[in-house]
Amino acid sequence: MFRNQYDSDVTVWSPQGRLHQVEYAMEAVNLGSATVGLKCKDYAAVIALKRASSELSAYQKKIIPIDDHIGIAISGLTADARILSRYMRNECLNYKYSLDTHMPLNRLISMLGNKMQLCTQRYDRRPFGVGLLVAGYDENGAHIYQTCPSANFYDCKAMSIGARSQSARTYLEKHLDELGPCSLEELIKHGLRALRDTLPPEVDLNTKNVSIGYVGKDIKFKILEEGETAPYLALIEGEERRGGGAAAAEIEAQPADPLRGDRPEGDDPQDPVPTVAMDTTE
Amino acid sequence: MFDPMGAPPALWHNGPTPGGFYNFPAIQTRPSEPITHSKSPVTTATSVIALAYDKGVVIAGDLLASYGSLARYKNCPRILKVNENILLGASGDYADFQYIKSFIEQKIIDEECIGDNIKLKPKSLYCWLTRVMYQRRSKFDPFWNNIIVAGIQDGEPFLGQVDKLGTAYTDRAICTGYAAHIVLPIIRDFLDKNPNPTQAEAKALVLKCMEVLYYRDARSFSKFQIGIMDKEAGSSIEGPLTCEENWEIALVAKN
Repeated sequence: MFRNQYDSDVTVWSPQGRLHQVEYAMEAVNLGSATVGLKCKDYAAVIALKRASSELSAYQKKIIPIDDHIGIAISGLTADARILSRYMRNECLNYKYSLDTHMPLNRLISMLGNKMQLCTQRYDRRPFGVGLLVAGYDENGAHIYQTCPSANFYDCKAMSIGARSQSARTYLEKHLDELGPCSLEELIKHGLRALRDTLPPEVDLNTKNVSIGYVGKDIKFKILEEGETAPYLALIEGEERRGGGAAAAEIEAQPADPLRGDRPEGDDPQDPVPTVAMDTTE
Repeated sequence: MFDPMGAPPALWHNGPTPGGFYNFPAIQTRPSEPITHSKSPVTTATSVIALAYDKGVVIAGDLLASYGSLARYKNCPRILKVNENILLGASGDYADFQYIKSFIEQKIIDEECIGDNIKLKPKSLYCWLTRVMYQRRSKFDPFWNNIIVAGIQDGEPFLGQVDKLGTAYTDRAICTGYAAHIVLPIIRDFLDKNPNPTQAEAKALVLKCMEVLYYRDARSFSKFQIGIMDKEAGSSIEGPLTCEENWEIALVAKN
């Protein structure tokens, strides 16, 4: 276990200007199974890889509906995600009650960001150990937002979070130009291919371990589970797998997030321990 | 003088009974009366008229604020442009209207501060005002107004009314106050004959209605404003306009 004298609680700075507890929380996201979120002009979709904690248990739910026009895919501590999803549902309902319209995504996400930020600035709290990919459609079109335990959030064209998600980001980055104009079916296919790239070679996507959520113009947020995902899985079956196995593991070591263009150069001073994959200082 | 031989003076007199409660002299405590200032309006404004036509809405109200039957203030505008989508008109207590106006304006400012280019829509404001009015009536402290929200949403004209109890409805023609009795039948009759009036026809009708109101409603006034929101031409609030008046006809009128 990593440990140093500057990580005793979340409000303690390291001399390099880092908050180690927050960075540890960011690591919790990488422990969760991978999820992919992507959008085209009129649709947004999230694809999640589900895990079963044992042979006897069911696969853990990864996609949570928030409102008719919003759904989230989670990676990290499921229990923390439940608290956040309850909050988001509440805000959407309150907005609908008072203004009779669906809540715009950016307003919801900025409120969520404010809620999460509190936990990074108080000694008696801990950050939420979960990352969200929020898919939604509002009057400004389709959106994918990523949120982090550091309370940062990003408006993304496509994003993947969770274990081995770098391979999925690599796939998405390569196919970013195709996403814009594509159909919902194409979008889901891209999402499934991206998600498949995160898997080790001996595992493949199947109806048990995949769930798909999508939303868009004139369609409410819908989650496909089990048998409903089969037609989409069939579409990418037999295609040659990219990345996978050793190549993916190699890419995984890179800390860069190519889908976020606005990241500063990463040559800031480092603490001796630990090296953490994501930067929280944006 | 102290008499060393006499009885000692009373140790404690003119004070409360030992162990008893003392009532301070000048203070009278009474159970507080319930507030009554919310039971009736003070400075009132009379009817608002609103009508939807094929591509927009027209809304009008006069400039008078009265103390009961006294025509007290003669330049009190109560047609408000909320944003590019919404016009609002209110009758009833003028101070309550000014207060509502201030927090609607604040809401618009807050929205601009978010900076996401999402503008308040008429249906949203109508719903929100319904909640506000109902909440205040539930505190037994209502805003004493009838509010008409007029605007264009998704290319369609919208009209909705909220009263002081939070009761709300939408319609193609809405009038508050005395106009609901005397003008609304005229407008409905007109709409029966001409279900899709043009802007010019709608405006002419509203002008005519303001004239009828001025003759018939004793709390009305000849100066008024008229707000028009059009799908293509945008919105404007015109005025003060003046009703043509001819009281010669009073001699002819029998009822």
